[in-house]
Amino acid sequence: MQDIIRSIEEEQLKKDLPDFRPGDTVKVHVKVVEGNRERIQIFEGTVLKIRGAGLSRTFTVRRITYGVAVERTFLINSPRIAKVEITRRGKVRQARLFYLRGLTGKKARVKEKRRF
Amino acid sequence: MAGNLNKAILGVKVGMAQIFDEEGKAVPVTVVEAGPCTVLQKKTENLDGYNAIQVGFYNLKEKLANKPIKGHFKKANVKPLRFIREFRIDNVDQYEVGQDIQADVFASGELVDVVGTSKGKGFAGGVKRHNFARGSMGHGSKYHRRPGSLAAKGPARVFKGRKLPGRLGGSRVTVQGLKVVKVYPERNLILIRGSIPGPKRGLVTIKNSVKA
Repeated sequence: MQDIIRSIEEEQLKKDLPDFRPGDTVKVHVKVVEGNRERIQIFEGTVLKIRGAGLSRTFTVRRITYGVAVERTFLINSPRIAKVEITRRGKVRQARLFYLRGLTGKKARVKEKRRF
Repeated sequence: MAGNLNKAILGVKVGMAQIFDEEGKAVPVTVVEAGPCTVLQKKTENLDGYNAIQVGFYNLKEKLANKPIKGHFKKANVKPLRFIREFRIDNVDQYEVGQDIQADVFASGELVDVVGTSKGKGFAGGVKRHNFARGSMGHGSKYHRRPGSLAAKGPARVFKGRKLPGRLGGSRVTVQGLKVVKVYPERNLILIRGSIPGPKRGLVTIKNSVKA
């Protein structure tokens, strides 16, 4: 019975998703509808968490604009999301980076992951 | 004419999922494996006093069918099926005995009513069963989830129909005006927006909406 649900969800799953993780800095290209015009808005920030499975998988991105922190949660497979670009790989030890919410300034940074 | 039953199909609830519509909005859907339902018998006004079609649905192991059941299905010349139900459809002439009703009787965007047997909750208290307000759980209160006063003192009895704790669920429930989101005719699947009554693998009837 679960197979049936999985096969229905599979139709809309995106196949070319980049492999990003919590701690990474990403640019999310969101399609925004204004009147009858559609344009792409970019939301850049740190991935705080990724949760769920299948079509309902979501991720939360945190960014700080003009001193105000904004967190937006996106459905990874949503057709409203045109593209997710990874700009920086972060080195983190937690799966959920909620500790960033309590930190400001230099402490609220995520170390970059270096490849050897 | 609105309000008349003119098409219906039996189905089994598969479960819930989430899909995206054309606008990219996430829509909650219930997946129902509906049909094929085989017409077993036509009931007519002259012979039976009312118009209806009798349909069978869902495969049944050969050994589970007893002789009377086998005999009944033999009349329609089909293999025994698990569920037999009747739909009171006025225009029975459009159906033939032995004919299959497929999921494609419903199209996406159509409004339907869904009948099912709700999940049994057992003996439930007033808070769960009738949405009574609960008392404070703390601050020295000992009045947590009790039913409260049953009536006024004057009549010296409790009126019939008083809402009290008792059996909840496991009853026939109809949900009206649900939208069909998508139909997969070749896989016998219907996706209905929102939730429908009953557990997974529960039998449900999907009918055309009486209000649409």
